[in-house]
Amino acid sequence: MVDSKKSWKAWLYLSPAIVLLLIFTAWPIFNTIRMSLLEGYNAMSAVSGVKFNFGFKNFVDVINYGDFLTYLWNTILLCFLTVPLSTLLALIIAVCLNAIKPFQRLLQTIFFLPYVTNSIAIGMVFAAMFNMVGNNFGDPNELVITAGIINNVIEFFGGERINWINVGSSYAANMFVMTVYIVWNALPFKILVLLGGLQSVNKQYYEAAKVDGTSRLRTFTRITVPLLSPMITYVVITGFIGGFKEYSSIVGIFGAKMGPTGDPDRLNTMVGYIYKSLSLQPGRASAAALILFAIIFVVTLLNLYISKKNTHY
Amino acid sequence: MKVVLQNLTKIFPSRNKKSGEEVVAVNDFTFEIPDGKLIGLLGPSGCGKSTTLYMISGLQKPTGGKIFFGDDDVTELSPENRGIGLVFQNYALYPHMTVKQNILFPLQNLKGADKLPKDVMLERAYEAARLVQIDELMDRKPSELSGGQQQRVAIARALVKMPRVLLLDEPLSNLDARLRLQTREEIRRIQKETGITTIFVTHDQEEAMSISDMIVVMKLGVLQQIGKPQDVYDDPANLFVAKFLGTPPINVFSGEVKGGKLYLGEQAVLDVAGVDDRKVTVGIRPEGFVPDANGPMICDLSNVEIMGRDVSVVSKHAASLNPQIRSIVDADCRISVGDATVRFTLKPHKVFLFDTETEERIRF
Repeated sequence: MVDSKKSWKAWLYLSPAIVLLLIFTAWPIFNTIRMSLLEGYNAMSAVSGVKFNFGFKNFVDVINYGDFLTYLWNTILLCFLTVPLSTLLALIIAVCLNAIKPFQRLLQTIFFLPYVTNSIAIGMVFAAMFNMVGNNFGDPNELVITAGIINNVIEFFGGERINWINVGSSYAANMFVMTVYIVWNALPFKILVLLGGLQSVNKQYYEAAKVDGTSRLRTFTRITVPLLSPMITYVVITGFIGGFKEYSSIVGIFGAKMGPTGDPDRLNTMVGYIYKSLSLQPGRASAAALILFAIIFVVTLLNLYISKKNTHY
Repeated sequence: MKVVLQNLTKIFPSRNKKSGEEVVAVNDFTFEIPDGKLIGLLGPSGCGKSTTLYMISGLQKPTGGKIFFGDDDVTELSPENRGIGLVFQNYALYPHMTVKQNILFPLQNLKGADKLPKDVMLERAYEAARLVQIDELMDRKPSELSGGQQQRVAIARALVKMPRVLLLDEPLSNLDARLRLQTREEIRRIQKETGITTIFVTHDQEEAMSISDMIVVMKLGVLQQIGKPQDVYDDPANLFVAKFLGTPPINVFSGEVKGGKLYLGEQAVLDVAGVDDRKVTVGIRPEGFVPDANGPMICDLSNVEIMGRDVSVVSKHAASLNPQIRSIVDADCRISVGDATVRFTLKPHKVFLFDTETEERIRF
């Protein structure tokens, strides 16, 4: 322990970090809680000296807001579609990457590229791949300039083109595009973490398994996965946290209207709602942020509980 | 199962591509390990003993030569088809499985006709566990076991498939001194009870000598000598083997043979009839010195260490190649520390002569 006489020195050294934390972390959290509890709070009235009633009206308003449940549902659906899928894919890719020796570095870099690219920019590329350009599509006398790469591929194999993201597209098609995009976007980080985990696994376990005549599949399920379980847990938890905060990927595909033309806000999420109400109803935005925090907190606890039951060392 | 190595060679390509120097880890080994014996592969680090073991296991492919189990050529077989049990130096127990699951694991891998019913598997696992006396610990995780217990689990896991050959890589190196003594006897017992041909690797000569039926001494990838421990100790093939075996180590002198007598400096210490006049390197085992007031070998006395059962005499001699000579003499011989010199006669069968250049043994 630090000698009490010298402890002022310790505080002095810590002070830059503490000041920054107080300004940029502690105060915003405190302020969010305060705003969420002040009824009808907004900055203009606050400046002009209006006193607000204290209570839970903001929370009630958020939950009673017509589309709130849609946003919540969108968020949860995206989480539960993308996190398991991306984790499984990342695991398979990481194991394959770890198994090949030539070009491993190069492939590692290629797989990591999406992570360092702006997600809105990638979203626009994805949107272009799914986008139909022209007008009257869906009409018998349609005029389509391009149906997008994906539809071209589908038609090449004799399928029928699907209206992915344009006017009149279905919710399922929208969700499919979002899932593909978010999974693709989430892969690099997960691959990186799992590959790192794989490379730190003692090779002797595999030699022992080999001597024991273990099949490849059994080696994967009985040795690799359990030994990687701490990394898998980490990737799943951060995946869920990221998933509940999904916003920019939807902007990337659908733009700020958060849905196909003609049906705005169809794919809006919790964070989208927070941003939307931030300027005019900051009290509601704060309340929604706290509700989101509570959900993430519970899901993370649940994850930890499940993983503790399945991680053994 | 008899194990035969025929011209076995392992060459590792150079790591540094520019220099292009290859490393010959194992150089043209040929020897036969008789059925049902406990064999120690012995040598300093980097002598190729582990490489040899891994080639026998099949985890490493030899560059040249052949390996036979009995009459089967197993050189091209993969490890799981050789019928071996391998205990790794750090045991490599699966940390997420219990002891029972670890021991069962090799059995659960069996496929097709070899597949066993569950109760038979469990019975065999318990049998193996009883053999190494860990049947009380079946539901623990490896992290909840001591080093010695982990070792036993590793041996049980290797034995449960009833291998033709059991291989142990440095089985005692991760254990503390007391446990080491106990465990080596345990390995001997298990080997005797199962009668499985067992090969283990060690750099500790005492360990190898104490439990092996046969030891194989290696140096820098080259086989030095193979034989029963006592035979190798009593009749080393060269200076390296003589120096490597024995605690305290052999005392080495530079000497000369003149007219059938061995001279250390000016002192004619031993009759060595039949050796031509030449310079030689002389090795004398610590127990080869007999204190004798009229002995021909005169040393400057440095210290006397009482060990109860016997006495360790530390002295100096001009011809010695080591800074000190250490001799073990009977406790009945009263040597007082105050004396300036101590005189010895030598036991002829404890004195070995070696060529100064080739270090090969010169027999007399």
